[in-house]
Amino acid sequence: MRYAYYPGCCDHTSAKEYDISTRAVCKALGIELMEIPDWSCCGSTPGHSTSHLLGIALSARNLALVEEMGLDCTASCAACYQRLAMANVEMKNDTQLCEKINHITGKPYRGGVKVKSILEVIAEMNQSQILAKVVKSLKNLKIAVYYGCLMVRPRDIQIDDPENPTIMDNLLQNLGAQTLEWNYKTECCGAALAMSNEDIVLKLANKILADAKSAGANCIVTACPLCHFNLDMRQKKVNKAYETDYNLPVFYFTQLVGLALGIKPEALCLRDHFIDTKHILKLIV
Amino acid sequence: MKRVGVFVCWCGSNIGGVVDVARLAAEAGKFPYVVHSVDYKYTCSEPGQKMIVDAIKEHRLDRVVIAACSPRLHEQTFRKTIARAGLNPYLLEIANIREHCSWVHSKEPEKATEKAIDLVRRAVAKVVNLEPLSESSIPITKRALVIGGGIAGIQTALDIADAGHKVVLLEKEPTIGGKMVMLDKTFPTMDCSACISTPKMVAVAEHPNIELLTCCEVVEVSGYIGNFTVKVKQKARFVDHTKCTGCGTCWEKCPKKVPSEFNLNLSLRKAIYIPFPQAVPNKPSIDAENCRYLTEQKCGVCQKVCPVGAIDYEQKDENLEIEVGAIVMATGYELFDWAKAYGEYGYGKYPDVITGLQFERMVNASGPTGGKIIRPSDGKEPKNVVFVKCVGSRDEAKGKAYCSRACCMYTAKHAHQVIEKIADAQAFVFYIDVRTPGKGYEEFYKRTTDEGAQYIRGRVSKILTSGDRLLVKGADTLMGRQVEVEADLVVLATAMIPAKTAQDTARLVGFSVDGDGFYQEAHPKLRPVETNTAGIFLAGTCQGPKDIPDTVAQASAAAVKVCVLFSRREMAADPMVAQVNQSICHGCLACQKVCPYKAIEAKTISERLGGQVIERTVAHVNSGLCQGCGSCTVACRSGAVNLKGFSDEQLLAEVDAICL
Ligand SMILES: Cc1cc2nc3c(=O)[nH]c(=O)nc-3n(C[C@H](O)[C@H](O)[C@H](O)COP(=O)(O)OP(=O)(O)OC[C@H]3O[C@@H](n4cnc5c(N)ncnc54)[C@H](O)[C@@H]3O)c2cc1C
Ligand code: SF4
Ligand code: SF4
Repeated sequence: MRYAYYPGCCDHTSAKEYDISTRAVCKALGIELMEIPDWSCCGSTPGHSTSHLLGIALSARNLALVEEMGLDCTASCAACYQRLAMANVEMKNDTQLCEKINHITGKPYRGGVKVKSILEVIAEMNQSQILAKVVKSLKNLKIAVYYGCLMVRPRDIQIDDPENPTIMDNLLQNLGAQTLEWNYKTECCGAALAMSNEDIVLKLANKILADAKSAGANCIVTACPLCHFNLDMRQKKVNKAYETDYNLPVFYFTQLVGLALGIKPEALCLRDHFIDTKHILKLIV
Repeated sequence: MKRVGVFVCWCGSNIGGVVDVARLAAEAGKFPYVVHSVDYKYTCSEPGQKMIVDAIKEHRLDRVVIAACSPRLHEQTFRKTIARAGLNPYLLEIANIREHCSWVHSKEPEKATEKAIDLVRRAVAKVVNLEPLSESSIPITKRALVIGGGIAGIQTALDIADAGHKVVLLEKEPTIGGKMVMLDKTFPTMDCSACISTPKMVAVAEHPNIELLTCCEVVEVSGYIGNFTVKVKQKARFVDHTKCTGCGTCWEKCPKKVPSEFNLNLSLRKAIYIPFPQAVPNKPSIDAENCRYLTEQKCGVCQKVCPVGAIDYEQKDENLEIEVGAIVMATGYELFDWAKAYGEYGYGKYPDVITGLQFERMVNASGPTGGKIIRPSDGKEPKNVVFVKCVGSRDEAKGKAYCSRACCMYTAKHAHQVIEKIADAQAFVFYIDVRTPGKGYEEFYKRTTDEGAQYIRGRVSKILTSGDRLLVKGADTLMGRQVEVEADLVVLATAMIPAKTAQDTARLVGFSVDGDGFYQEAHPKLRPVETNTAGIFLAGTCQGPKDIPDTVAQASAAAVKVCVLFSRREMAADPMVAQVNQSICHGCLACQKVCPYKAIEAKTISERLGGQVIERTVAHVNSGLCQGCGSCTVACRSGAVNLKGFSDEQLLAEVDAICL
């Protein structure tokens, strides 16, 4: 299996752990990721909220690059995935728009690419193939699996039930983990307001953390750098603002898959989180 | 020599203001066979009609053309007029120079006049080719079948029976009563639903003119208005109702418990059961899927304890055949399965999110909780109750586009009941609009808000759990804010949808459903209880969402339509039906395949050919079923079928008159 890989800007900066663990897991599972040469911004939050055309044009350029590679495309960041997938749908469905965008980018995209999130790519693999490589059990983990708002919406790019997605739950359950029934699976964490209105982000993050905790979670798993950022880095701020004492490590799902496959914690950047993961790592046997 | 009279109508200024009627009448006078041609201000009026009658006599007219408005409006009037003058009423032709001419060409009077002349020329050409037709009559079986025993079916059956006609009331469940007996109180008067519906159920059972068939389904319908033959399957009940006294020993002793449909799974019933204590008939049936004897040959307790030996495990389904003259559909509604569509409300996984109908069972004094409103999860009394309206209604994305009409009112009723029954309870109602058109309805709603029910305009976006309570998130679109309400119980007003089998039943009986699957009335305003199939009528929610007052009103209207039909001994059949020329029909029966009314049958005739008698198949038109649509005449390759009043020669004469 070979994919054109779109890491996105977070993966190269604040979410290195996601990028590194994704590459490590894919390598272990035999998925070949070819980083798209000369990729540019996907047009997420600031881009597409400024201009619809800009948002699509940014992603369309990347899709055109992928088309040249003759591969299908995968992105790890949920926001990047959503932008690429939406641009793909819109370009395919609206020939007029497609022409306009191609004129803007000067790099014609003909619509021949499939866009998948890295979660989909791994979850769609033959699970017994993954299981065959598993060396450690996640059975002591009680996970609140957090999808956030970008993975399964909107309808045009829906990969799972938007109200109660289970694709990530199923993957982790297959690796032995307990995943919990909780309320905030798909609630927004406020990423879009991270710069402009932190109070709202803190409020939303607090609700998510509170519900995960009351559901009995000992950790949270995400597939999005923005969610991760809000829940991990801001957890201390939330504690301060709301006088709470959360201590919930937040993992990328690729990190947990990596651990199950026996990849060393350092190679998955598990020491780089704001909330210490040591006590959870001990539970993995 | 034929003598045609032409009468051109002004229709006041409707026609006269555009078409030059004087010129039209003068031109028409020159057409072949026309011996008399005049124009007149209002031809349909009393003096107008008299003018026609006099002219027929004076000019010895034997055919009449009227150039006026649509034949839909006055064809019958003018047929009667010329009949009064002694002409065959079918020797009339109408040229529609209003809808087809003056109204659509009002800006071009010159051209409109030319067109009107053409239309009259056409009509004259046809009228000289017409043949006198005579109406035949068909006998009427004065017995009605009512399908569905909810309040709609009950009311229809009682009204027809009270008028002195026989009625068969057919219900698929073991008891009649439908949804109404499941309700607690009914808005806006808050009378007890069972108290007003169960006496009617008893009246049905005791009425000498009503035959009640429960546990039955219709399998085949054939025939036509006045003469339907209906095949019915009576499902085995395994209890001989002629012997059973309804003493109740069997269901008391039966060891097998299953969820009760009547109480919407909020309680249990036995495998041999009556759905509720006031059921009609008040005798039990065995539910074959759950009975231990019928599934595993074990038990047999009921047979042992029954004092009159009424239990019969060998009973088989029976087939009945009934002859009726009219059929009333009253198959009612079902409720939208919200749990499949509304993930944001938990896909049915929270026990404390219930439907309005479950709430009705709960507040009902004879319901599963003895009238106490409780949380199904822990049996505690709820303090905050949230009502969500339009769940599946007015929601094109997930449900139905239409409004279900009864839920605004029953939600107000429920909110009132919560406030009334539970001390210091709070009722919150999320709504899109509040719709209360009905006598006393707005006042009822106002009373509920005066009592303290809090109405919040906005949809609920999500229901979450919060400890052992529910957290209802939504929008308040009047305040422009998000709101969150902690709730102990959430009640959903789910959309009304047609009964599951409604579409199949319609197909069996031979009429159509609308885009949402409700039964299609012949005309939404002027023929609301008729269907496009003669002799089939509609009552209640099978035609669209309704509350009880509207259901009952329509049910009585359907009964009247049946009685009107039954008031005649025989029915005049429209003579403009298809007719097969047997001498050239070669029996391919292509016509049979295209006939939408199943009016064509194969018939064997014998004829002499070269000294021998041979038998051959030809098509035969059942004039009782034929609606004169003409489909068959087009399908017939040998040109053997003709529609009376629209024969090939007549139509060709029209075409020639316009085109040559
Ligand atoms: C929660 C709730 C509360 C309500 N409260 C009120 C209120 O307070 N006041 C008010 O005016 N209205 C109220 N209504 C509306 C009321 O229930 C309906 O208007 C009324 O019951 C409609 O009666 P019906 O006979 O048309 O249909 P139904 O009651 O549905 O009866 C149809 C019958 O036909 C039978 N049937 C179906 N298909 C077949 C078949 N193929 N063959 C044989 N039998 C068949 C069914 O088994 C059923 O017995 C409420 C509705 C709901 C959901
Ligand atoms: S035979 Fe069936 S219905 Fe009769 S008592 Fe046993 S389980 Fe109940
Ligand atoms: S009656 Fe009221 S609640 Fe029911 S669908 Fe119509 S508007 Fe919505």
